[in-house]
Amino acid sequence: MGKYKSHILVCAGTGCRASDCEGIVSNLESALEENNLNEDVQVVRTGCFGFCEKGPVVKMVPDNTFYVEVTPDDAGELVLEHLVKGRKVERLLYIDPDTKERISDSKHMGFYKKQYRIALRNCGFIDPENIDEYIARDGYAAMGKILESMTPEEATAIIKESGLRGRGGGGFPTGLKWEFTRKAQADKKYVVCNADEGDPGAFMDRSILEGDPHSVLEAMAICGFCIGADTGLIYIRAEYPLAINRLKTAINQAREYGLIGKDILGTGFNFDVEIRLGAGAFVCGEETALIHSMEGLRGEPTVKPPFPAEKGYNGKPTNVNNVETFANVPPIILKGSKWFSEIGTEKSKGTKVFALAGKVNNVGLIEVPMGISLREVIFDIGGGIKGGKKFKAVQTGGPSGGCLTEKHLDIPIDYENLLQCGSMMGSGGMIVMDEDDCMVSMAKFYLDFTVEESCGKCAPCRIGNKRLYEMLDKISLGKSTEEDLGMLRNLANVIKDTSLCGLGQTSPNPVLSTMDNFQEEYLAHVVDGKCPAGQCKALMHYIIDSHLCVGCTLCNRVCPVDAISGEKKTPHVIDSSICIKCGACLEKCKFGAISVQ
Amino acid sequence: MAKVKTLADLRKMKDELRSKISLRENSDNPESMVQIKVSMATCGIASGAKEVMNHLINELDIENIPSVVTQTGCMGYCYAEPTIEVIKPGEQPLVFGDVTLKKASEIIEKYIKGGELVDGIIPDSYETIE
Repeated sequence: MGKYKSHILVCAGTGCRASDCEGIVSNLESALEENNLNEDVQVVRTGCFGFCEKGPVVKMVPDNTFYVEVTPDDAGELVLEHLVKGRKVERLLYIDPDTKERISDSKHMGFYKKQYRIALRNCGFIDPENIDEYIARDGYAAMGKILESMTPEEATAIIKESGLRGRGGGGFPTGLKWEFTRKAQADKKYVVCNADEGDPGAFMDRSILEGDPHSVLEAMAICGFCIGADTGLIYIRAEYPLAINRLKTAINQAREYGLIGKDILGTGFNFDVEIRLGAGAFVCGEETALIHSMEGLRGEPTVKPPFPAEKGYNGKPTNVNNVETFANVPPIILKGSKWFSEIGTEKSKGTKVFALAGKVNNVGLIEVPMGISLREVIFDIGGGIKGGKKFKAVQTGGPSGGCLTEKHLDIPIDYENLLQCGSMMGSGGMIVMDEDDCMVSMAKFYLDFTVEESCGKCAPCRIGNKRLYEMLDKISLGKSTEEDLGMLRNLANVIKDTSLCGLGQTSPNPVLSTMDNFQEEYLAHVVDGKCPAGQCKALMHYIIDSHLCVGCTLCNRVCPVDAISGEKKTPHVIDSSICIKCGACLEKCKFGAISVQ
Repeated sequence: MAKVKTLADLRKMKDELRSKISLRENSDNPESMVQIKVSMATCGIASGAKEVMNHLINELDIENIPSVVTQTGCMGYCYAEPTIEVIKPGEQPLVFGDVTLKKASEIIEKYIKGGELVDGIIPDSYETIE
């Protein structure tokens, strides 16, 4: 068989699968067959390209043409025009929002220009279900290198010197963690991969497992060698079926090749990996809770120390790292700690993957060097705010983080700086908010999440967060006093100080950071009884301007609760005690007589 | 599937598998390698451009020359099909006309490998806008 002359890379991540990338693949394949090209062109399902906003993404190689928002119906045209006639299908190219020009090569897109891909190096490049493609990309070479020529101490030292820190949230130095577990004495040790990605809006771990599962397996084996463990466990939530399937395929392929299992590469090192499914509880992302859940106990955290490095799974020393952290390990071993430590800032080395979501033009997954500014992330890569609205805030670190505002836009992003600004790195979720978002509602949304996810073990988190939520609710209903604001802050601080685990210790962050940054908005709710963003329904009033109303009765007819009354051809009135503020009348009025106050 | 028994095995395997994805790796920075565009419109295909393209890809692969061979639309030299454009790293593009399989081999051997000009160059009298 000859060599393929072209490859068609089709994104087969969860996002693009939902937009029927499977249909695209099968239509492409049949169109290739029709044109006798099936031996010249290979269709490859890859992991996530990151540009989810414009998915499904199809990339043509070798001319690197990047087609966006492709539908299965476009497949025939792509084959006929691009491959048979050699003409680009202009209408499927990405249009630069500033210059309105069509861009065919992804390298010239604002979204990709500032990215630097280490953890995502293979996502959107290789077929995740084919171990050969991973091996062709230097896969398992890092593991081979340390097994053959290094001691566990030397290998751990590389990770330590690289400055890699935990990407799951805390930012604890990875090499140090490995060293602690290595030094612990026991007959059995475990490597655990934390794939319990729970932050709303974060999906980097899922994408890595879907797009490059072998990189995590390889890194776990490397970790096993360093700490002296022969068993790896991946704790993944059952709601990630595609990632689980690809992991299973990867584990089977690696076992078949003997790259995991007994006597790996003839060095006498044994290491095997198993999958453990979680039920999807936020608190199980906390390492002690995660270990309990794997043991079949309730997913509740316990006080540290003892750290898992001393006493973890089944009471044995256990090293827990997050997916993205592991994905960084093989390149560090291959390229050296110096290469890695030259990327990023003084205390935060390397890159970080962020999941951009919310009111930003380019929603998607990006990987950028540490030290990049929020402005570059949101405006250059993210393409600015949707609909030309004004930027208001960005929530980083999920429910444990805080919101950052205009004044933080130029601060270099790293672990320390984000903490100093009252937020945190977290797992890398970034939710962008515009002028129409109410900060009280935002804080309430996250509190609602933590109340739901609190495991209930300690009182401050179980009861305190519920009370916090109720106080926020009261503010959004306009029933609070200024005194309540002081109590709100006080209670938030108490929960922070007295909760047992990271969940409770950080859950008041969204409240505190919005109170700090948007005090006037809280005051507007409490003192003036108004929601400046117009989101808190209870504080809104629909009013009919009697000068503009012609009495057409349209609003009267659409009102679902009969709150509008008035005779034909005379101005109508809204009874605000009945009005449910659904906005139906506002939408229907043809004379602009209805307004919200 | 056979087990990978040693690191040397793994390295050998990687070298063998590399060609499966080299197309993708090369296309990430085509500027650093030889780029060839084969004019593949009706006139080109009728004159055998497809065979020439296959030949170029295979020969360059055997010679182990990092390259990106792509097809493009009609360059306008229908009288001299098949036409190919060759860009060596850091050099001006050259267009060759009437490229038969034999000519293609000659271009690889003399121009690409040796830097020597061969007959059949079509002087460019146009500018491309990017």
